[in-house]
Amino acid sequence: MSAVIENHHEDHHHGPAKGFTRWLYTTNHKDIGTLYLWFSFAMFLIGGAMALVIRAELFQPGMQIVEPEFYNQMITLHGLIMIFGGVMPAFVGLANWLVPMMIGAPDMALPRMNNLSFWILPFAFFILLSSLFMEGGAPNFGWTFYAPLSTTYAPPSVTFFIFSVHIMGASSIMGAINVVVTIMNMRAPGVTLMKMPLFVWSWLITAYLLIAVMPVLAGAVTMMLMDIHFGTSFFNAAGGGDPVLFQHIFWFFGHPEVYIMILPAFGIVSHIIETFSRKQLFGYSSMVWAMLSIAILSFVVWAHHMFTVGLPLAAELFFMWATMLIAVPTGVKVFNWVATMFRGSLTFETPMLFAIAFVVLFTIGGLSGLMLAIVPADFQYHDTYFVVAHFHYVLVPGAIFSIMAAVYYWIPKWSGNMYDERLGKLHFWLSFIGVNVTFFPQHFIGLAGMPRRYPDYALQFADWNMVSSVGAFLFGVSQILFLFIVIKTVMGGKKATDQVWEGARGLEWTVASPAPYHTFTTPPKVD
Amino acid sequence: MNSEAKKTLRRLVIAVPLMFAFGFALVPLYNVFCEVTGINGKVFQSDYEEELVIADGRPLGLQFISTNNENMPWIFKPSEDVMTISTGEYYTATFYVKNPTNKTMTAQAVPSVAPSNAAAHLKKLECFCFEQQELAPGEDALLPVRLLVSDELPENIKNIILSYTIFDVTEPDDETVAQVENEDHHGMEH
Repeated sequence: MSAVIENHHEDHHHGPAKGFTRWLYTTNHKDIGTLYLWFSFAMFLIGGAMALVIRAELFQPGMQIVEPEFYNQMITLHGLIMIFGGVMPAFVGLANWLVPMMIGAPDMALPRMNNLSFWILPFAFFILLSSLFMEGGAPNFGWTFYAPLSTTYAPPSVTFFIFSVHIMGASSIMGAINVVVTIMNMRAPGVTLMKMPLFVWSWLITAYLLIAVMPVLAGAVTMMLMDIHFGTSFFNAAGGGDPVLFQHIFWFFGHPEVYIMILPAFGIVSHIIETFSRKQLFGYSSMVWAMLSIAILSFVVWAHHMFTVGLPLAAELFFMWATMLIAVPTGVKVFNWVATMFRGSLTFETPMLFAIAFVVLFTIGGLSGLMLAIVPADFQYHDTYFVVAHFHYVLVPGAIFSIMAAVYYWIPKWSGNMYDERLGKLHFWLSFIGVNVTFFPQHFIGLAGMPRRYPDYALQFADWNMVSSVGAFLFGVSQILFLFIVIKTVMGGKKATDQVWEGARGLEWTVASPAPYHTFTTPPKVD
Repeated sequence: MNSEAKKTLRRLVIAVPLMFAFGFALVPLYNVFCEVTGINGKVFQSDYEEELVIADGRPLGLQFISTNNENMPWIFKPSEDVMTISTGEYYTATFYVKNPTNKTMTAQAVPSVAPSNAAAHLKKLECFCFEQQELAPGEDALLPVRLLVSDELPENIKNIILSYTIFDVTEPDDETVAQVENEDHHGMEH
């Protein structure tokens, strides 16, 4: 964003400070939002490069490029970086930029904590990535770091991993507290809870989930730390502990975590579909209730990740039905999006293309999730590439497509310039084709029995793995185009109007483009 | 920040350590839950109960499995692989262990019962798994487990498998630690 001088305002309004200290000391929600977004983009490219190492190795059967030990480090870091460094900070960045503008607040409620919660993140990932250069290598136990693989058998760098997870957790918790306090207390008069934009609702629920489960994750890694260094036996069977307990604690965090990564996407997509259908969103209140139900149900389904540990039949039935129940509110949401588009005057600008792709591909990922929820089927699918295909369908064309859609949708407001529509569409189609070519074949090889997390595979899986790798490189390279489009837009381009999109509604579209450094210093009037 | 916002903030800041503590509380909750429901295949020590003892129990196969964890060098095996028992009667089974190494070692056996819904009906009066075993170099022993299977065991269960995994829990003393470090150092020089 360029610095904007508001010449039509009084002189007490000032623009940002100059130079690097502007970013270091900033307490401005727009600056911090920008920092989060660029940081997550950097992590997305690093995590993506690791994914390409994985796919390059899997291009052909046999060991080609990397050592198996290094392959294990790549899958571990790819998962951790994409989740904690890519998707989550991107959503926090969007929340920083948009939540105050959408509710008519001048800034976040706790601006200094906001600065802190961002600036500890680079240190967390510096620590995590530095473990690649340590003796014994980086963490190699998968992003789910099951004990005792991550305790008794872990490389020495596991302690650095634990510390970096603590920092990431602290950052997320502070960010979440900030969002809740802002939304609960700083809404402009007239913005009642049931009038809040859905992105704000989705983040309010997400923030509560974060506050509930990130401390549990911190507890899990603290127990690991104690088992490794202080002689406790939380997860050590010889000392009376239980490795299965680790999985229960981890997934008690882990399942709400997957909704943390998708609820804000629901909010974004609702806004975009509404705008480009030029209609009011169908079923606003059912959208809110659906998100609340999904959030509550997310606390009682964790054991569907561990159907094969030897759960009693009653527990397997309970977790199976509870998991399937989530399809109901999710189905309501998909229905509402489709009903919003029905008989709308649709146009297909880049954000809308990403949003429609989200609805279709996320639904495919949701359906494979339902297949995995069926206990007897899961015994067959567990730890195969079918699972990999499932969660990449909900995370890549799910969460990440929604983030890209959000960037295209709001970047004219952020930068004051329109992006290049032709390049945006090209980026969309390359990504859309790349994602499907990468992940759809993984359903087939998974159903055929290819296990995940191995650097090598049996010959019968060779063809689809080659296809998948080609798709991965197409998807990876097309993100360089995304980077180029974003930089080009920030540098210049056709000037955006204040409303930007013909069908756009909401307070953020009432301020100038680019959004002034300070907005809504006096609360707007909302009917 | 107004007082309402401060109140929200205070509540959220309190919630964070509470959820952190909840993570740790899951550990005893999990153990209590497993003990009450008996679903983890875990068997805890029980007292002698006169009313469980009956004369005309039904026959049942009791199989034993012994496993050495990782590099545990002890010889560890059940004296009998299979016993035919009756429900409602106390039996003693034994496991043979020998420490074939030239140093004193301590071991801990961890039990598991399959099928897991049999665990609640398996009553152990005493078991070597309730304590650690220490054996001198070359020493051997017969380790007893005294148990009863209650007649309330579901009818469809005809066989129970009792498995033990033996872990090396010897505290590394200063001498062995120094030795291992020396070996590491030695290894690196080559």
